Amino acid sequence: MPVLDKYAALAAQYRQLEEAGANPFNVKFDEVLSPTEAMIGGRKTLLLGTNNYLGLTYDPAVVEAANAATSASGSGTTGSRIANGSYGGHARLEAALADFYGRRLGMVFSTGYQANLGIISALAGKGDHLLLDADSHASIYDGSRLGYAQVTRFRHNSPDDLATRLRRLKDEPGEKIVIVEGIYSMLGDTAPLKEFAAVKREYGACLVVDEAHSLGVLGETGRGLAEQAGVEADCDFIVGTFSKSLAGVGGFAVTDMEGAEILRVVSRPYMFTASLPPANIAATEAALQQLRARPDLRRRLNENALRLYRGLERLGFELGPEPSPVVSAIMPTPEAAFGLWAALLKAGLYTNVSLPPATPRGLALLRSSVSAAHSPAQIDHAIALFAETGKGLGLANAAPALAAAK
Amino acid sequence: MSEGAIRNQMTDQTNEVRDIIFGTLQAALPQARPLSGDTRIIEDLGLDSVAVMDFVMEIEDKLDISVPLDKIAEVETLGDLVATVQRLKQAA
Ligand SMILES: Cc1ncc(COP(=O)(O)O)c(C=O)c1O
Repeated sequence: MPVLDKYAALAAQYRQLEEAGANPFNVKFDEVLSPTEAMIGGRKTLLLGTNNYLGLTYDPAVVEAANAATSASGSGTTGSRIANGSYGGHARLEAALADFYGRRLGMVFSTGYQANLGIISALAGKGDHLLLDADSHASIYDGSRLGYAQVTRFRHNSPDDLATRLRRLKDEPGEKIVIVEGIYSMLGDTAPLKEFAAVKREYGACLVVDEAHSLGVLGETGRGLAEQAGVEADCDFIVGTFSKSLAGVGGFAVTDMEGAEILRVVSRPYMFTASLPPANIAATEAALQQLRARPDLRRRLNENALRLYRGLERLGFELGPEPSPVVSAIMPTPEAAFGLWAALLKAGLYTNVSLPPATPRGLALLRSSVSAAHSPAQIDHAIALFAETGKGLGLANAAPALAAAK
Repeated sequence: MSEGAIRNQMTDQTNEVRDIIFGTLQAALPQARPLSGDTRIIEDLGLDSVAVMDFVMEIEDKLDISVPLDKIAEVETLGDLVATVQRLKQAA
């Protein structure tokens, strides 16, 4: 049957990677040893691409909470919150998130992806207007397609372009909903949120901020970019995930908006999927407690981030515009990204490859993410491996040449 | 205005939109290529979905319009794009 024929070109590329024995999109961990190490292909490998920002996946309190919840409440909920009921843990976690953010309502979704789908599709109805940052995550784009609002994208991190687009819509009926991210997952850059908040106020739009990569990373108490920028009151909805700093799986939204409880019976990605199992809920609540109680994790994470960023910068790699726990080296071609990725893995370092259309401006990226659990020595070791392999491939010290070629 | 004059004005505008779209695209392509109304944007030019949206953004700036994503998704050829942009420009 020819149903898969449309993927022929892509399938050929994928086969090539498999045959080369180095496919970054199909990595198997034989065994995970800790937040920073795993066995891959029989070799102990340093993990520098797992979004495990606070390194809490093996935290004793988190693991113990998961075990206890499974023993007490079973392995799964076998149904959705709406049709089959909520467990005590769901409500407790929602209350804990609301308390952390100082908001009235917390809502838990089964993944961060679904939190975006669920909030965006429910807020932006027929006749409304959705305005997305051009570099938005796939879940935001997909959420925009699930709803019935008219969708346009504005230039990445450009409050001016957002204002231009809101001006064009000034006389149009319908609500205007704006979506930006805290830290962007591909290049690790942050949104100019203060400026976005000013535009939002001027035009009376609703502002949604996805703090997937900034929760536990930014802000005085780890609430994210909105806290750091001092504009939490302007952020009508905060969306986030449990799968990064909170070391689990799941997503959430918090808000102070009057009447937001109604979302529980209109948001399809919330309603028509099974709720998270007790272990996951309890582990996430325990991780949130750790995040709140241990600001040193955030400090260590950001020190590691800066250490890696400066180290790769010194090697001559062209990086994202600012240091953050996401450190991406811009590669001249996808082939170069595959080559460096495979060489690093062979040398015992696991990173990520990110390619268009998931990346902005057609960039091929060798993406790393650091953890609070990395020791400074591990970061230095990673930098040394980048130096060795990058030089061998002619990629380190390539930034000036890259810049000249532009 | 007579019907003929309106039609002439519309043709002028279509030509302007067409020139802007073709010019913007030529500048965005790595090498010069022959373009026509029948050129398929993704298949013939090898642009991916994000590259298409980025290119449309340039046109939005030049014509001071916003092109909704569902309208971009419906576009297959450059002729389709000229027609879509033309309609939006007239409504603006
Ligand atoms: C910005 C952003 N939003 C949402 C998600 C989805 O989160 P999850 O993987 O938990 O579904 C991710 C990451 O995957 C992300 O990078």
